[in-house]
Amino acid sequence: MIIQCVIIFGCLALGELIVSVTGLKLPSSIIGLILLTVFLKIGWVKIKWVKGISDFLSSNLAFFFVPSGVAIMLYLDVIRDSFLPIVVAAFGSTIIILAVTGWVHQIIRKKL
Amino acid sequence: MKAFLEGHIFIISFTFLVYFLSQRLQKKTKLIILNPILVSIIIIIVFLSLLKINYEVYHEGSKLIDFFLKPAVVSLGVPLYLQLEKIRKQTLHIFVSQLAGCIAGIVSVVLIAKAMGAPHEVILSLAPKSVTTPIAIEVSKAIGGIPPLTASVVIVVGIFGSIFGYAIMKLFGINNPVSQGLSMGTAAHAVGTSKSMEISPTFGAFSSLGLILNGIFTAILTPYILELLGFWIKF
Repeated sequence: MIIQCVIIFGCLALGELIVSVTGLKLPSSIIGLILLTVFLKIGWVKIKWVKGISDFLSSNLAFFFVPSGVAIMLYLDVIRDSFLPIVVAAFGSTIIILAVTGWVHQIIRKKL
Repeated sequence: MKAFLEGHIFIISFTFLVYFLSQRLQKKTKLIILNPILVSIIIIIVFLSLLKINYEVYHEGSKLIDFFLKPAVVSLGVPLYLQLEKIRKQTLHIFVSQLAGCIAGIVSVVLIAKAMGAPHEVILSLAPKSVTTPIAIEVSKAIGGIPPLTASVVIVVGIFGSIFGYAIMKLFGINNPVSQGLSMGTAAHAVGTSKSMEISPTFGAFSSLGLILNGIFTAILTPYILELLGFWIKF
């Protein structure tokens, strides 16, 4: 269990280190994700060392978003003032992304 | 009593309980609209408003839950690693479709918001709405949006994607599992990815890839896309 925490938090800490040294405009968690994948690939980390905690964390990812979602209550007035534009633009664009990404991927997959 | 309700322990246990009950509610009713994140957020906001507890107090208490968001994102490296072989076989397909999705997302959200008459700062706040919160906040800051508004819209978009994403893709004839997973991560970041993880770790892996690539593309490209759009329309 402890080794699992060492690896997951170690990757995160390395991510933070990289951000603070290079000034990269990416979140430390994304860099940690990439680092963990790379370490698994080159064999520095064995999958059984991280399996338990990563299964728990990644399968309950949604729960960890609840507190940041509650912050919406602070911006209810801004959202109310531009409610329709925000909702139509955000949802409409999300539908467009799903369609464009999916279509383009399916089309090149068949062509190449 | 108020001191108890404002303590960390109560806030954390309450958040766990509300989420657990929301999950049960969805399992019982099988209604996809009753998304556990959405239901939990609404219940907690109503609860805080009724008891006149400030958001800051809730935020302070729930920091421990928030804290685990980062390691949870890191742990997506495991399903991603397990699919690495499949990914390598189609690097170009993935790269091109991600780029297309990223550009389509930024351009469409700006154009629609502009057409609907949203104010300048709101339009800018919406531009990075499809990527994971920390990236979206950074981009919003950099281009002159309202970062907390961006963060709220990011969560709402994620919930929307996780509820309707797979149904929408079916409607558009997107049936390939890799395409579906990728699109979900591109459009609805980690919240959408959590939905993909529920379906299977394979979908989760491609969603993770979508969220990573769109995150990187959005961070790099948004300022330039907005500049280019600025030549065509005034927003």
